[in-house]
Amino acid sequence: MIRYVPKAKYSYSAGQAQSVFLNGLKEKKILGTVCNKCKKVYVPPKMYCEECFKPTDGWVELKDEGIVHTAIASFVSWTRDRLEEPIISGTIKLYGSERDYVFPGMFHRICTTYDKVRDMSIIGAKVKAVWNEKRVGSIEDIQCFKEV
Amino acid sequence: MKVAIVGMGWYGFRPSTPEVSFREMVFEAASRAYAEANLDPRKDVDTFISSQEDFWEGISIADEFAPDQIGGYLRPTFTVTGDGVQGILHGIMHIKSGISKVTAVEAHSKASDILTIGDIVEFAMDPIFLRPAAPPNFHFLAALEAKAYQRRTGMTEEDMAEIVSIEKRNGFGNPRASYAANLNVSDILSHEKVAEPLRRPDIADFVDGAVVVVLASEDIARSLTDDPIWVEASTFTETNYPGYAELGEAGYLRGAYSQISKRKFDGYFVDDRYSFKLLEHLGVFKADPLALLREGQLGEGGSAPTNVFGGLLSEGVPLEAAGLTLALEAREYLRKGYSSAVVGSWRGVPTYTGMVLSMWR
Amino acid sequence: MERSANVYRYGLIHVEVRKVRKVAIIGAGMTKFARRHFKTPQELVQEASIKALEEAGLGYNDIDCVVIGSAPDAFDGVHQKGEYLFPAMNKPMTRVFIGGATGVMVPISGYYHVASGMCDKVLAIAEEKMSQARPHPQAVFRYIWDPILETPIGPNLLWIFAMEMHRYMYAYKVPKEDIALVSVKNKANAADNPYAQLGGRITVDDVIKSEVLVWPVNRLDVSPVSDGAAAVVMVSEDVARRYTDTPVWVAGVGWTLDNTEWTGRDLSYNRYLEIAGRMAYKMAGIERPNKEIDVAEPYDPFDYKELMHLEALQLAPKGKAAQLVKEGVFNRDGDLPSSPGGGLLGVGNPIAAAGLMKVISLYWQLKGTAGKMQVKKPVYTGVAQAWGDLMQASTVVVLRR
Ligand SMILES: [Zn+2]
Repeated sequence: MIRYVPKAKYSYSAGQAQSVFLNGLKEKKILGTVCNKCKKVYVPPKMYCEECFKPTDGWVELKDEGIVHTAIASFVSWTRDRLEEPIISGTIKLYGSERDYVFPGMFHRICTTYDKVRDMSIIGAKVKAVWNEKRVGSIEDIQCFKEV
Repeated sequence: MKVAIVGMGWYGFRPSTPEVSFREMVFEAASRAYAEANLDPRKDVDTFISSQEDFWEGISIADEFAPDQIGGYLRPTFTVTGDGVQGILHGIMHIKSGISKVTAVEAHSKASDILTIGDIVEFAMDPIFLRPAAPPNFHFLAALEAKAYQRRTGMTEEDMAEIVSIEKRNGFGNPRASYAANLNVSDILSHEKVAEPLRRPDIADFVDGAVVVVLASEDIARSLTDDPIWVEASTFTETNYPGYAELGEAGYLRGAYSQISKRKFDGYFVDDRYSFKLLEHLGVFKADPLALLREGQLGEGGSAPTNVFGGLLSEGVPLEAAGLTLALEAREYLRKGYSSAVVGSWRGVPTYTGMVLSMWR
Repeated sequence: MERSANVYRYGLIHVEVRKVRKVAIIGAGMTKFARRHFKTPQELVQEASIKALEEAGLGYNDIDCVVIGSAPDAFDGVHQKGEYLFPAMNKPMTRVFIGGATGVMVPISGYYHVASGMCDKVLAIAEEKMSQARPHPQAVFRYIWDPILETPIGPNLLWIFAMEMHRYMYAYKVPKEDIALVSVKNKANAADNPYAQLGGRITVDDVIKSEVLVWPVNRLDVSPVSDGAAAVVMVSEDVARRYTDTPVWVAGVGWTLDNTEWTGRDLSYNRYLEIAGRMAYKMAGIERPNKEIDVAEPYDPFDYKELMHLEALQLAPKGKAAQLVKEGVFNRDGDLPSSPGGGLLGVGNPIAAAGLMKVISLYWQLKGTAGKMQVKKPVYTGVAQAWGDLMQASTVVVLRR
């Protein structure tokens, strides 16, 4: 058997949209871009509207609150090691430009109990971001979204 | 039924582009291509093709990030893992099979995001036969070919330096030629060897950039423009293993050329990421390219005008966008009033895969 | 440019698909799917290709073009994998890639290689060797996420499925017990499949009591990680008529990619699959899929996925597929058999190869060579489908005999 560990290293360019978004997190702000033509709000932000194929027209600040769209409890790590305490995460539907199918949304940890995931009571619940004291301009500036 | 290029756009072509993500770069290139074609991707384009490889992006399944920036969201979009000319080939097939009437093809490079590009190239080599034997830099595979080509044709290191000198000067005036320079043969020969017989200036640098091409069926092309550029494309893979390839013969490009209709070309735009490859690749289309070089026939007005805007030695290697970069040159050439041009593209070390794009009006 | 009054917002714009040339499948081959093959990726490709060529009655030299499909390069541990998988290629070859949906993109691509007149005889191959990735095949999936916004949260691939499954369960009030019936059905079907890795009799209780990986996903909700390869030979009509009396025709193809932002999307319904399906149905002249499709091969890497896919393919009403499973509609002897060969849940899931396996299973059903897997009712038209990327891609093929 041949073992080979590739030396693959990258420094990803965040680009204009994500850079502003990450700086916003440092200021405890969730920022999205908006398309004036179709009124769609993008979180995560994009510099262009995928619907209209034109540049987005500006930035809006969203509330750091939303509704849990889905939630899961993971008992395995990314290397598939068993975890004693599950990691709970899911997607959060933010208030902004809800349409029939799409909405500004974030993927993050959710601070809740395994029971509430199992009985689905957390899905549809209102949650708010818990911000870290020390913020560096990363998605990790938010500790989790917690039920209010 | 014929297929035409009705729009092309590009963005970047600088050694680094920290101000944009690769998706933003592609959006800029796509906006320019659609503006030129006078088409709206959300209303007029049927299928979308991205040409990329996971390890160039540093993302497993980079196809996930393909659709939005070319207008391909919720539309038939997918990835051809290869050079942009292979993307064009798939686009032509979409149109000729009746699936599509208008197809957009993109290729891009964010080479400056890759901190260990040599290791990534090595990762493309056969893990059992080639990687354990690989010397410290991947150029050794090109060097093997250069030696074979020298043996076969008598090409000297001075000839190679002459190519570099011509190409780097040809780049002046080309807005994409970040690496254009005024170098003479003795400047070039003063450099140490990287891998016998290649010196640093013989090897093109990597570059960031994005190119988008819009293809259309004959009826749509004629409705959009009085002067469409018709295209035909082909690809050929010889092997991925040097032991199976005829080194220095560009069998991959000959294979690709055998797949398309023969016509007379006014200009040649060939992959020259290594100086000698200009001759090796030109040799697929024209007999005795070395003599043409020595007789000074490779410039505009010569009998085989080749890479007259500087080629990849001047513009850099934008990974899988290399073929489309040459296509941009070819189109520029046609715009000067010539009636045909051909692109001879290559996927680079360690592949033996070549593509031909024939363009005429 | 003049815009059609009847513009389709999504999917194809110029939907008047002209069938330029008919295209048939005349040979198919597969390796057995296994947790760990001792063959190299190249040897797996060779084995499947030889079998497909043998059935077609063609040699490799007769082939004009090759299409290869393989999902993340990281599995085989090789960059530019298309070139690597077939060292003595010497053909026009391209590799297509659309994540987990790649396996069905391969025959779609084979279709237009022939339909466009570019080639008469195409060898279309899909391969995946997952077992050699370290520390675990799952680790490869760490890098499928947005490296800046998502990877830091530490997701693994199972999370995708768990998030989608839970939203589906919530939106349509489908209990886990009903979803588990798909696993039970497919693993039982796979017991009759000679290529299968994990066929057998299990119960709903076995699924529910198996280890919780990522709630609501238990171990037996999931298809097994596999090594394997599959290949088909696709040819023009005149070649097909010369080489076989039982060609299986490609009647329609469709594919669609949604945006990357799965975090801002309703996860309970795969609208991109609906669009891809409509593209393929339109091309095949199918107006009422649930009446006109005789057998279905929806992509089933997880049990709930088969349900969602049946719904988006318009073969079951939204949220009602589980009920139809309960009623036996999708059994091998039901009205609309689904995954009669065992699907990914029973046969195994070497990603791209599994997608092409779905098409091959359908091909066997239409040709009548599915043996013990053959469905009861006569079959004329069937659909196969795959799904992938970040809950965003689908590929669909309609075959007809
Ligand atoms: Zn808009």
